[in-house]
Amino acid sequence: MSLLSEGSETLPKIKATGSGWRLSAGNRDRLISAASPFVLLIIWEILVRVGFLDARFFPAPSSIFSTLVDLIRDGSLWSNTWATLLRLFWGFFLGGIPGLLLGIAMGLNRPLRAFVDPLIATTYPVPKSAIFPLILLIFGLGEGSKIVMVAIGVFYPVLINSTIGVLEINKIYLDVGRNFKASRWQTFSTIAFPGAVPHIMSGIKLGLGLGLMLIAIAEMIGAKSGLGYMIWNAWEILSVETMYVGLIVIALLGFLFSIALNEVERKLVPWKNLR
Amino acid sequence: MQTTFNTPDTPPKIRLQNLSKSFSTAGGIVTALDNVSLDIPTGCFFMIVGPSGCGKTTLLRILAGLEEPTSGCVEVSAPAANRPANSMVFQGDSLFPWMTVYENAAYGLTLRKRPKGEIAEVVAHYLDRTGMRKFAHAYPHQLSGGMRQRVSIARAFANDPDILLMDEPFSALDEQNKLLLQEELLRIWEETRKTVLFITHSVDEAVTLGDRIMVMTAQPGRTKQIIDVPFERPREVLALRARPAYGELVYSIWGQLRDEVQTARTQGEGSVKA
Repeated sequence: MSLLSEGSETLPKIKATGSGWRLSAGNRDRLISAASPFVLLIIWEILVRVGFLDARFFPAPSSIFSTLVDLIRDGSLWSNTWATLLRLFWGFFLGGIPGLLLGIAMGLNRPLRAFVDPLIATTYPVPKSAIFPLILLIFGLGEGSKIVMVAIGVFYPVLINSTIGVLEINKIYLDVGRNFKASRWQTFSTIAFPGAVPHIMSGIKLGLGLGLMLIAIAEMIGAKSGLGYMIWNAWEILSVETMYVGLIVIALLGFLFSIALNEVERKLVPWKNLR
Repeated sequence: MQTTFNTPDTPPKIRLQNLSKSFSTAGGIVTALDNVSLDIPTGCFFMIVGPSGCGKTTLLRILAGLEEPTSGCVEVSAPAANRPANSMVFQGDSLFPWMTVYENAAYGLTLRKRPKGEIAEVVAHYLDRTGMRKFAHAYPHQLSGGMRQRVSIARAFANDPDILLMDEPFSALDEQNKLLLQEELLRIWEETRKTVLFITHSVDEAVTLGDRIMVMTAQPGRTKQIIDVPFERPREVLALRARPAYGELVYSIWGQLRDEVQTARTQGEGSVKA
């Protein structure tokens, strides 16, 4: 996006001399970006109708859409989405806040970092999905196990990025804090936290991606509600359209979350030139 | 009238006794400061000039509480109640990028939980004096280097410390900005006449601003000479520089410093070869 808009500063002059309908390069690119999914859907629809794509695996967009409408009408799409959203929320809360606090503390405190680092380094690479049976065993089939899965997924990227965020803060800012006799808490709240926010935000974004992935997996195995359950159940009853609806909703959630997080970032970090 | 600080009955604001500092590096132990003893009287604008790497920044950082001396001691007369001992103006960009100009300048007072009204009044005063009031709500990245350093100065003064420590605050600025900021600094300083310890590598700056100048030797840093600057206050920077006595003083200090810069340079070459 930034690459495209950079070009727009040099191109318009040349364009302006041309005849016909004029469109600034930036607007043209935006139009192309907005149109591309629709073009793809139209091609897809045509290929299915012509019989080039197997409708059993790649149902036409029109039939996916009518399934979507059905699922909205009977309320199941909403209740499943809500179940997933709730688990995501609590998972984020339970994993993100400790990750954030411990991460910043590790950034500020060398001995703590030396102590925790090896624990993180050995547990982080374990695929989170591989722990799920153990989580099921410990937390049971209820909400707990799903929330814990999300929490574990969110915890690591937020922790690691918070630590990096604090470590990357220019030492001079910490010197200023010491010279101005900032207390421990003041150092945290006026220097370490705000200075680390850009990294923390990327940790949260990564955590969100992982959270969505893990919640889908967890709901496929041990749940009777949620988007993951909906997709898995659709496989069992061979309703391919429902599967696609589930995928689309998850993709849409991810997209909306990232827009919201970018907005939050713009509010929290007005001092970083995002443009 | 020349201000003299040779009154032995008043105790000095800062007394350094046999201060030494060495660092262990990959290439062995490096002595940055070697046995520096020094008295700085209350209200003195004290300049330290020396070649790069002579430990002058280390000296300042020890006073700022950012480093511990290896040996020797620092005595600073206790500040008045409610007043911090010192505030430092750093060499590089030290404004918090996540705070506005106002929040940066208010930092010290905010940490000390002063009443909001008092903070607003003091900060407005110093932003006024540094010409930064209309940028109060800007962020540092929107300002030029000179403007940022002005805010840095406002931040240190607004904290109302007993002693101001300035670590080459103007070294990154162009000539014109440097001159303007020197004038502004002198004007603000005249209001309160706090004790200042100012580090520079510029002899011109030392003579322009200081009451007394300490020339330091190249590594390890020792006191080479202490020179009183005889010019009256308040000073007009340009008018001062036009005077023959100014040029003579700068010339004679340069004579002192030249050998040291030469030594520092050959040391540098030696360490490159090693």
